[in-house]
Amino acid sequence: MTTSINNTPLKTTPLIHAHKKMGAKLVDFGGWNMPIHYGSQIEEHHQVRQDAGMFDVCHMTIVDLRGCDVMAYLAKLLANDVTKIAQQSGKALYSCMLNPQGGVIDDLIVYVMQATWVRLIVNSATRTKDLAWMRTQLGSMAVDLSERDDLAMIAVQGPNARQLAQQALVNDMTQADTLKPFNAQLFNEGQENERFIARTGYTGEDGYEIICANEQVEDLWEQCAKVGIKPCGLGARDTLRLEAGMNLYGNDMDDTHTPLESGLSWTVDFSNDFNNKERQFIGRAALEQQLKEGLHSKFVGLILNGKGILRAHQKVIVEGTEAGELTSGSFSPTMQKAIGFARVPINTGDQCLVAIRNKLVPAHVVSLPFVRHGKILPPIIE
Amino acid sequence: MSNIPPELKYTASHEWIRTEEDGSLTVGITEHAQGLLGDMVFVELPDIGDEFEAEQDCAVVESVKAASDIYCPIEGEIIAVNEDLEDSPELINVNSYHEGWLFRIQPLKAEHVDNLMNAEDYAELVESEAH
Repeated sequence: MTTSINNTPLKTTPLIHAHKKMGAKLVDFGGWNMPIHYGSQIEEHHQVRQDAGMFDVCHMTIVDLRGCDVMAYLAKLLANDVTKIAQQSGKALYSCMLNPQGGVIDDLIVYVMQATWVRLIVNSATRTKDLAWMRTQLGSMAVDLSERDDLAMIAVQGPNARQLAQQALVNDMTQADTLKPFNAQLFNEGQENERFIARTGYTGEDGYEIICANEQVEDLWEQCAKVGIKPCGLGARDTLRLEAGMNLYGNDMDDTHTPLESGLSWTVDFSNDFNNKERQFIGRAALEQQLKEGLHSKFVGLILNGKGILRAHQKVIVEGTEAGELTSGSFSPTMQKAIGFARVPINTGDQCLVAIRNKLVPAHVVSLPFVRHGKILPPIIE
Repeated sequence: MSNIPPELKYTASHEWIRTEEDGSLTVGITEHAQGLLGDMVFVELPDIGDEFEAEQDCAVVESVKAASDIYCPIEGEIIAVNEDLEDSPELINVNSYHEGWLFRIQPLKAEHVDNLMNAEDYAELVESEAH
């Protein structure tokens, strides 16, 4: 049995046999035995940008909230405002969940299916912390919190992903074209082939995240493989999300950094609630204080102008001082350059140096994302 | 189990060595090593004329996962480097023992090659590292 560093057996998803059959290279990913690639993470990356690829995301945590106080609960719990999307059944919202100091406990997606039923997807690594926090914040509100460990999830992503997924799921998804971007729909409710399908993802491409019962996900995965959707591992998942300018919790933000210092100001909603009162979400006061004092750093993209790879924790030198730090980094297969995210002083210009091993290598400072709809965005000056 | 050609010599740091007809040695990293490192994206090769001692780091291969130092297996002088790796570092992944060669070295003393590991011993090393 494969064990993690401290010798506890690694957790596996229902797709472990499928992964082994498909030649996956399995690694310990936060206590889970997961595929890092199935041969070449660079090829898998291109596959998603150009065609369609699928990811096992069963390790992520699915939480259902039901009850008449769900909206009031989320108004307090989340920095982004769910009430602004609550009129449209199935709309999704990306938000951070903050502690009272304004630090990020986790980032998550919430699908508002009804005012009394929402589904949250939270990170795998923060599962215990998140659930404990969420339960504590319930107080006496009429909300039933249910962790759905009976459900499995796969992500199908790429320009051809939706079309191929619809072929694979031909008996499960009727009128799938009505599902708009950043929306979710529950197909075949209460039936054997019930499928929760969201038009969301972590790659910057169009596609679906599909949730079904644990016992059915292996068949679902194989149906997708049959129509030509290729399996892709966590290596490609990381380079795709990096190109798409999407944050990774634990790297780009954590309990000690606010969304304002992590490129996530756009996910914080300070506007008044529907009673035209200030929405008192947890962490609001700390963020307002931070704005009053003025931010000292900003969150930017870096493109290395030289040989090497950008990696988290490398130091960024601005005007001779070690002033910033990489939070994420890797190699962009689409751009054929090393890219990363960094927290740098607020007045940093469009050039900086990165300390890579013993050398100082020049890098361009750009805004995110790097790639959108498969196209490279920032001008690359040689 | 990865391919370990029996006619080559090996090092504990996962380099392979082939003796050419003219007595020079071609050096690369093994199939096992490229599998551990993942997709290659950059290679830093030594310059022709550079001299190295045995076990001195002389090159760097950088994959999406990590940068890895390459150690010169034998004392000698670099006489050729694989320039194809500049544009196609993935040759190391695709064909570690041929198109993915790193550099060619003229050994100071030909008999030093005999001190290197043979295929059987290298296979044992790989096996032991798996557990």
